[in-house]
Amino acid sequence: MNAVPRRDAYDVVVIGAGPAGLAATATAAEAGLSTLLLDENAGPGGQVWRAIASTPVTDRDRLGTDYWAGADLVQTVRSSAAEIIQRATVWSLDRHLEVGISVGGVSAFVKARRVILATGALERPFPIPGWSLPGVMTAGAAQTMLKSSGLVPDGRTVIAGQGPLLWLLAAQILRLGGRIDRILDTTERWNYLAALPHAFAFMTSPYFAKGLAMMREVRAKVPVVSGVSELAAAGDGRLASVTYAASSRRETIPAELLLLHQGVAPNVNLAMAVGIEHRWDDRQLSWSPVLDGCGNTSVAGIAVAGDGAGIGGAGTAVIRGRIAARAAIEALAPAAAAKLAPMTTFRASLAQAVRGRAFLDTLFRPARQFRIPTGDTIVCRCEEVTAKDILDAVAIGATGPNQLKAYCRTGMGPCQGRLCGLTVTELMAQARSKSPQEIGYYRLRAPVKPITLAELAAVPKTEADVQAVVRG
Amino acid sequence: MFKRSDQDERQPVHIFVDGAAVEAREGDTVSAALLASGRDVRRATAVSGAPRLPYCMMGVCFDCLVTIDGVGNRQGCLVPVAGGMQIEIQKGKREIGR
Repeated sequence: MNAVPRRDAYDVVVIGAGPAGLAATATAAEAGLSTLLLDENAGPGGQVWRAIASTPVTDRDRLGTDYWAGADLVQTVRSSAAEIIQRATVWSLDRHLEVGISVGGVSAFVKARRVILATGALERPFPIPGWSLPGVMTAGAAQTMLKSSGLVPDGRTVIAGQGPLLWLLAAQILRLGGRIDRILDTTERWNYLAALPHAFAFMTSPYFAKGLAMMREVRAKVPVVSGVSELAAAGDGRLASVTYAASSRRETIPAELLLLHQGVAPNVNLAMAVGIEHRWDDRQLSWSPVLDGCGNTSVAGIAVAGDGAGIGGAGTAVIRGRIAARAAIEALAPAAAAKLAPMTTFRASLAQAVRGRAFLDTLFRPARQFRIPTGDTIVCRCEEVTAKDILDAVAIGATGPNQLKAYCRTGMGPCQGRLCGLTVTELMAQARSKSPQEIGYYRLRAPVKPITLAELAAVPKTEADVQAVVRG
Repeated sequence: MFKRSDQDERQPVHIFVDGAAVEAREGDTVSAALLASGRDVRRATAVSGAPRLPYCMMGVCFDCLVTIDGVGNRQGCLVPVAGGMQIEIQKGKREIGR
């Protein structure tokens, strides 16, 4: 693994080394295309297979078979001809398929003939009162520490929310000797009925048996409260207690750590900054890129694979990665494509992999009160903007998220809307009686991750570049 | 808040947090090492000075911002520890020139 790109142009540049990016890289490199894989983390694996090549948790039963499923793919990519750069931050991508990369504080640009975005998902915002207090974290954060550093919760710990990841995390924490005092399940009771029509597909999917076994394992050791309909964190300068309401019961419990989770959403920042068309997905309550059957976007030469294309999980991501790579091979090296399995084979695997997803999406659709906060609850953590601030701005004329920036700076902090964007869209849509599609999202631009001005100024430039900005 | 698993047999790495020696492990990110240290490592936000700790640990939330070897506003959750690394808990805005 090297620190800077060895060439200034590649057939395929893959962004993100999770399941989709690794599968796309393996497929493209095997077909003989010059392939560059860029990833922001210290090692490959993305979130689901995080630290797979370095985790101190070596007893395989602790993290589970789904985690170790990634090991072979990582090995395949590492032994391929593909160039891999870890700790590389992609901060720009344009319609000419030029990729801006920052490695170790120095930026470089490479050209690609095809780009495959595999930037995955991020945790859905969970804006409850007190969610910015020290001691409140995402479930994914706890899982990241568990996988990469073998760290587990030690003090009074509450896990709140819903979805498969929440149960997996709880099981992993318990297997590693960590502490969980209570699980507060926010799944709406009505969702069980709504999900019923999708139950058959789910019960015949691999999720079913695994999910049940994990929930049994956790319930045997931790008290679980279901039907939680209100949730708030409180404390003076750090988390001290969690208050919840479920049915007719209301309780405040002491807590040092609160882990929140209500699903994940596509990480759209880079794709939107290129100008790729996105639409609101009402089943997944998030933005997803408009794609053809091969993952191609509205921008020629750029495909999206994996959870960035809509949440489907690791198995689906691997297949979408292979499909996007196969399409790139067809376009760039038709002779090599002829030797690959036909696209119909990949599509059949994809249909199999997405079985049960409709059930999960419907059952674990986050409740409105946990998506759309009120009053003094912080929406934008970076700029510390509350729900009331946003509603006040709407009352004096703010029409959508982009204009809202001028009123109260939402989305203008360092996270660039990643933790408030969905909330702002839904909050404004509700306030203005519009659909999220009509309300829209922030206009995103490069750099999609902050870089210093010094780094930008040090980018190699031609005489023409300099002349273009010199005052005459 | 967090403890290390008994499975963890990685080599220790010595870093400094606001001048005090702290033992981390090889492969820890700065944020993981800080959370595992048991010290008060809360930063203060640039806007109101409110205390914060890392929230997402995956490069998204920027609540892990920290000064590393004299450079401010680094995402601690994306930077692996290295022996002798000097970490300062950032209180408020990044200072000009660092």
